[in-house]
Amino acid sequence: MRSDGKQRAPWGLKLAAGLGLAFMHLPIALIFVYAFTTEDKSYQWPPPGFTLKWLEVTWNRPDVWEALKLSLQTATISTLIAMVLGTLCAAAVSRTKFFGRETISLLVILPIALPGIITGIALRSAFSIADIPFSIWTIILGHATFCVVVVYNNAVARFRRTSGSLVEASMDLGANSFQTFRHVILPNIGTALLAGGMLAFALSFDEVIVTTFTAGQQSTLPIWMLEELVRPRQRPVTNVVAMVVVLVTVLPILAAYYLTRDGDQVAGSGK
Amino acid sequence: MTATSASNAKTVQSESAVLPGQGGITGSLSDKFWRNPKLLLILMLTPPALWLGIIYLGSLFALLAQSFFSIDEFSGMVQYELTLKTYGELFRPANLDIIIRTVSMAAIVTFAAACVAFPIGYFAARYARGKWKALFYIGVMLPLWSSYLVKVYAWKLILAKEGILTWIFTKLHLTWLLEAWLAIPIIGGYSLSVSYTGTFLVFLYVWLPFMVLPVQAALERVPGSFIEASGDLGATPGQTFRHVIFPLALPGIVAGSIFTFSLTLGDYIIPQIVGSSRLFIGQAVYAQQGTAGNIPLAAAFTVVPIVIMGFYLWGAKRMGAFDAL
Amino acid sequence: MTTAVSFAKVSRHFGAVRAVDNVDLSIAEGEFFAMLGPSGSGKTTCLRLIAGFEQPTSGHIEIFGTTVEHVPPYRRNVNTVFQDYALFPHMNIIDNVAYGLMIRGMNKADRHAAANEALELVALPGYGERRPGQLSGGQRQRVALARALVNKPKVLLLDEPLGALDLKLREQMQEELKILQRKLGITFVFVTHDQGEALSMADRVAVFNDGKIQQIGSPQDIYQRPESRFVADFVGSSNVLEPGFVKQLTGKESYASLRPEAIRIVSADGHSATVTGSSYLGGTTRISLALGDMRIGALIPADQAVPENGTTVQISWQENDLHLMEGAQ
Repeated sequence: MRSDGKQRAPWGLKLAAGLGLAFMHLPIALIFVYAFTTEDKSYQWPPPGFTLKWLEVTWNRPDVWEALKLSLQTATISTLIAMVLGTLCAAAVSRTKFFGRETISLLVILPIALPGIITGIALRSAFSIADIPFSIWTIILGHATFCVVVVYNNAVARFRRTSGSLVEASMDLGANSFQTFRHVILPNIGTALLAGGMLAFALSFDEVIVTTFTAGQQSTLPIWMLEELVRPRQRPVTNVVAMVVVLVTVLPILAAYYLTRDGDQVAGSGK
Repeated sequence: MTATSASNAKTVQSESAVLPGQGGITGSLSDKFWRNPKLLLILMLTPPALWLGIIYLGSLFALLAQSFFSIDEFSGMVQYELTLKTYGELFRPANLDIIIRTVSMAAIVTFAAACVAFPIGYFAARYARGKWKALFYIGVMLPLWSSYLVKVYAWKLILAKEGILTWIFTKLHLTWLLEAWLAIPIIGGYSLSVSYTGTFLVFLYVWLPFMVLPVQAALERVPGSFIEASGDLGATPGQTFRHVIFPLALPGIVAGSIFTFSLTLGDYIIPQIVGSSRLFIGQAVYAQQGTAGNIPLAAAFTVVPIVIMGFYLWGAKRMGAFDAL
Repeated sequence: MTTAVSFAKVSRHFGAVRAVDNVDLSIAEGEFFAMLGPSGSGKTTCLRLIAGFEQPTSGHIEIFGTTVEHVPPYRRNVNTVFQDYALFPHMNIIDNVAYGLMIRGMNKADRHAAANEALELVALPGYGERRPGQLSGGQRQRVALARALVNKPKVLLLDEPLGALDLKLREQMQEELKILQRKLGITFVFVTHDQGEALSMADRVAVFNDGKIQQIGSPQDIYQRPESRFVADFVGSSNVLEPGFVKQLTGKESYASLRPEAIRIVSADGHSATVTGSSYLGGTTRISLALGDMRIGALIPADQAVPENGTTVQISWQENDLHLMEGAQ
C-alpha cells in the first residue's frame, strides 16, 4: 500500500522540513551580507552597496581585541575545568550503580535546566555575600558550572556505548586500574571528550546571560555585543564582529560533529 | 621493568597461579580500588560534587534564602528577618502581570516550536539517509550552537522597519497585511521589532533547535515497521500519525519543551532588544537586583521559574522524557 | 592430580539475591570443565569469581593451591574469553593479542612474534593488521581466544564462547576448542546454557540452578543418570515419572527419569498411552503421549510409522533405562 511512500517523503512534509531548515539558517546568512554593507546608520535592506572597509575598522579596534582575548581565556579555562569534572562524573555514573546517582545526574543538568538568569543572579549574590571581587575567575566559575553538563553528556553516551567488558578484559589481561585507564578507557572515550570540550568551548565563548552577572566591569565579546545591541553606537563594527563570532563557533561545532558522528548523536542535546 | 625482569616474570607466571604485585604507588592504589570499589567512586565523585554542590547549589540556596528577607521601603536596606512579605509582593497586579505574560509567551513559543520542529525531525528521522541525514543533523546543530547574541542580532536586522521583512512585504504588495497585523491590539505595535509578535518570532527562532533534536531522537527510535504495521492494519496516514507516531514522539516533544519553556521563562535579553517595553520575569529579576537593588524581590521572582520548572521536570520524568534527552 | 580451582562453601550475594549459594567445587588440572545452567543460575558468577571480577561474600577460593580472595584480576594467572569477545576497538588485531604481554613489559618485537604465533594457533595467520570491526563473529572469537592464550594462563575461562555463532560454525568451533585444549593441556572452564555443547565438549559438567550445583559428573552421568528432576528436565528434556507410577513398577516410591529415545512403541504388553501430538524432527519424530496423568515424550525413528493423534498405543522400555532419582522432590 505504502510501498512507494516508504522511500519518498510526501511533498508537504518535504516542504515543511525544508522551510523549517531555511528558517533556521537564513537569518544567520543575513549577518554575512550586512557585514559588508556601506550603510552605517540604519539596517537598510537591500544594502545600498558593499565594502570591505568595516573589516579594517574592526581590526583596528582595541576594545574588540580586549573582549576577544578575555572570551578566549575564559572559554579555554572553563572548558578544561568542565572536562575534568564532567569526565569524573560520567565515569562514576556509568560504571557503577550507586545510591544517589540520579541525584548526581540531576545536579549536573540543573545549571542548564534552570534559566541562566537564576544561575547568574545566584552567583552574583553569592559573590557579594562572600565579598569576592569580580575578575576573570568569577566569570570562569559560572561558565565551568554550566559547561560540565556538555562534557558529561558526551562522555556518558560514549561510556554507554563502550562495552563494560572492555575494562574487565583489560584487567583480565594483567592491567591495573591506571594501565586500563591509559590503554583502554582513554583511547575509547577520547574523541567524545574532545567533542564535549569543543562544545563546551563554543558554549562558554558565546555565553552572555550568566556572564552579565559575573563579569563586573569587564567585557567578554558577547557582553561587548550586548552593549552594542542595547545602545547601538557602531553598527558596522557590530556587523563584522557578529560575522566573526559565527565563524569562530562554527569550527569547533563541526569538529565535534566529526568526532562523534559514528553513533552517539547526543552532542547537541546537552546545551 | 627492564627486559631481564620481564623475562623473569614470564617464567614466574607459568609456574604460579598468582602474579606478584606490580608495586609502586599505582600498583598498590589499584589493588586498593579493587578491594574497595567505593573508594574509587568517592574519589571520582568528590571534585564534581564539591564544585556543583558548593558553588552552584550553595549560591542557589543563598539566593533562595534572601527571598525570605524583605526590603525596607524607606531606607532601601535589606532587613534580615524571615518573612513571606516579599512573596506577597509577587501577587501585586503589576508583578502578577509579568508572570502571566512570561508563562503565556513560554507556552506559545513551546507549542509553535513543537509544530515547526516536528516535520524537520520526522523527515530527518524517517526519510533522510546517508549524506542527507548528516546534512540535516549539522543543519540543526549549527544554529543550535551558534552565538545566541548573533541570532538575536540577526532578527534585529530582519525586523527593523527598514529591514528585509518590510522589503519582502512591499515587493509582494502585502504591506496592507503587515499593517493589519500590527494594528491588532496586544500582539501588534508600531513595528514588528517592538511588538510581541517580534519577541515571539525571536524566541521561536532561538530555541527551535532545542526542540528539533529530541523530537528527531524520539522519532529515530520508532521502527519503520510500526508505521507499516499500522497501515497494514488499515489505518489511514492520519490515524497512524495520531495513534502511533505522535504518542511515541511525545516524550521527545516533552524533552524539547523542557528547554524551550525553561529558556523562555528565564530570558531577559530578547524581550529587552526586540519587543514592547513591558517586562518579562527575567527583566524583572534583572531590574530588581540591579537598578532597584531589591535583592529579596529579585530572588522571589527567580523562585517562580524554579517552581514551574520543578513541576515541569517532575511531569516530564513521569512521561519518560529524560530517556529522550 | 593437582587441583586447578577449588571452591569451599563459596557464596556471592547481590543484596537479597543469592547468585551463588554455598558452592563446593573442585576442578582438576588439565580438565575441560563445563558449567551448565539456565540464565541466572549462578554459573557466570562462578566464572567471574575465578577471574576475580567478583569477590565472594563468604567462602574460600583457591587457584592451584593459592588463596585468591584478595587477589585482583590483573594479578591472577587466569584469562577469560568474553561472551562479547571484548576486543579493544581502538587497536588492531596484533595489538589486541599482544596486550597482556605489553602490560607485562615485553618489548614490541617479542610480543608481536608471540602474538603472531597465537594467531597461527587459532588459524588466523596474517590477520594482525586488521581491526576488530573488520572481522566476522567467528574470527573475532578466535582472536579473543588467541589474546587469552598468548599469556599462557594456568586456567582459561570461557563465558558462553560460542553463543553468538551460528549453528554450523558453533559445531566446528566445539571440535576445534576440544583439540586445542588437549594440545595445550591448559585447564578450560567454560560456561554455557546449551546442554549439547556441554555434553559434547566437557570432561565433566556441573549443572547449576538457583545458585547451587545440582549435579557434577561426566556427560554420560549427567545425561543418563540425572539425580534430580531439574537435571533430568534441563539436560535433554528427560521424562520425569511420578513416584506413584514408579512404585507400581519397581516398588520404590521415587521420581524416575526416562529418556525419550528409550521409549519404544510395541504391539502388545506395554503401557497404554494416548498420542496427543507429534512433530517431525528429520532423523526422528517426537511424539507427545498421555500416560495416565503424565505427559511424556518419545522419539521414534523416522522409518517407523507415526501413530495418529488420539490413538492409543502400547509403549515399553528396558528396565535399566528407568533411572530412579534418590531424594529428588
